[in-house]
Amino acid sequence: MDFLASLVQFISDLLSNPKILLGIIVFIGLVAQRKAASEVIRGTLKAVLGFLIIGLGADILVGSLNYFAQLFEYAFNVQGVVPNNEAIVSLALVDYATATAAIMVVGMAANILIARFSNLKFIFLTGHHTLYMAALISVVLTVAGLEGVVLYLIGGMALGLTMVIFPAIAHPTMKKITGNDEIGFGHFSSITYWLSGEVGKLVGKNSKSTEEMNFPKSLSFLRDSSVSISLTMLIMYLIVTIVSGPAYVADVLGVTDNYLIFAFMQSLTFAGGVYIVLAGVRMVISEIVPAFKGWADKIVPGAKPALDCPIVFPYAPNAVLIGFLVSFLGGIAAMAAMLLLKDTNVFGGNVILPGVIPHFFVGATAGVFGNATGGRRGAVVGSFINGVVISFLPLLLMPVLGDLGFASTTFSDADFIGSGIVLGLFATWGKWAVSLLVVVLFSLPFLQAFLSKNKAQ
Amino acid sequence: MKKIVCICGSGLGSSFLVEMNVKTVLKELGFNDIEVEHTDLGSAWPGIADIIVCGSDLYDNLKRFGETLPLDNIMDKNELKEKLTAVFQTKGLL
Repeated sequence: MDFLASLVQFISDLLSNPKILLGIIVFIGLVAQRKAASEVIRGTLKAVLGFLIIGLGADILVGSLNYFAQLFEYAFNVQGVVPNNEAIVSLALVDYATATAAIMVVGMAANILIARFSNLKFIFLTGHHTLYMAALISVVLTVAGLEGVVLYLIGGMALGLTMVIFPAIAHPTMKKITGNDEIGFGHFSSITYWLSGEVGKLVGKNSKSTEEMNFPKSLSFLRDSSVSISLTMLIMYLIVTIVSGPAYVADVLGVTDNYLIFAFMQSLTFAGGVYIVLAGVRMVISEIVPAFKGWADKIVPGAKPALDCPIVFPYAPNAVLIGFLVSFLGGIAAMAAMLLLKDTNVFGGNVILPGVIPHFFVGATAGVFGNATGGRRGAVVGSFINGVVISFLPLLLMPVLGDLGFASTTFSDADFIGSGIVLGLFATWGKWAVSLLVVVLFSLPFLQAFLSKNKAQ
Repeated sequence: MKKIVCICGSGLGSSFLVEMNVKTVLKELGFNDIEVEHTDLGSAWPGIADIIVCGSDLYDNLKRFGETLPLDNIMDKNELKEKLTAVFQTKGLL
């Protein structure tokens, strides 16, 4: 009897450990595809290992962010928030890993289902963004009061929807950029890319393409994200440490190093943490995406793959750098506005700092979209607006993230934020309101396909 | 020829899809024992692989790490196959 009881306990412990649960999901998936034993072992271990590494990176990030948050608050008397998907997702996975893993699997199935039976024929292949969106949805819906199987199903349907709706929003401009209708665009800031494309149409009349000008090549070293994160975090860290002064660093934070050396080391620690989280994410998704793609190819043969943002970079390399720099300027302008108005409390006592990764990838892509519709004027104005929008939007998201809203980091790209805000808004009317919203939205593409089919007959 | 590595900005999305394409192309060309991986720009080092594959926008950042094959359309399998075939031919492998 004792043996049986301890066996039951062991199994329930096993299943309640999210990292192992994910390993089991991957294991089942690999066996279902009749993979060789060596591949099953490798894939399962790497998925669990990847999740573990994300957690290790999270610990490092938290250490650096905690110091930064204290310094920023002491220096400017307001809470500073560094938007960074990797940081917030690694924190979210501490408490929400099981829900995230389950929602990710259901969401991918939902994506295939929608692509198969409706006119939204996109298969979203940017695996890390699927993971981040799954984490966001599991946080918002859990805070709303959903749990268990209902949470996984509603969350998965919501995720599946985002995986086709956002590529559809980006698609008209995407066709213009690539010159064909074959590939979709899958990077979760489509709201600001669309905005940048529309702004480009408005302001870009007769403006020449960014690619017809000479742009300094020396700036391209910033394309290395570990360099650009280190550099921007260093600047921000130096500012808050210098304003706070050596006495605060030594006496309150208890740091024995010289305060400038401390700032230098902590900013690189943050960059190191992001690097580690990315390594973990890479490991997790590299086992999941090929399986997802395999199923999708089988079930929805004619679907358009929605691909990660660097797909558009080779079409306009100058717009990439212009977009990054101008979007970053937009982020700085927005931060200045929040700092100036901090006492009026219109922004809820928070200041969003310009996070380099979002401005880098999202800003660069906004630049390419703006350039496609409005030349260099479109690229500049579009990416500036992008920078301002992704700085202000997180303020609306933070209240719906529960305890994570008080972390000194948050989601950075517009589609995560937009989806979180919409789900969070409906959640204020109760968990049934938000569930109903998801179910209704989920049925719309099928309904539309059904009606258009009937009309055609 | 032992190893090909595909590289993009953060080593998550597009380099991974290029990796899958490279694997398909290698199979079509009859190479079964070349290892293919993907990673980010910051993890590149001289000698990381026999061939580096990337988008043409990253070519200037990567060419110092070894033989680099830039793609104008990173998802175009035909372009990839053409360029890989050319490299293999100059190396006398095809």
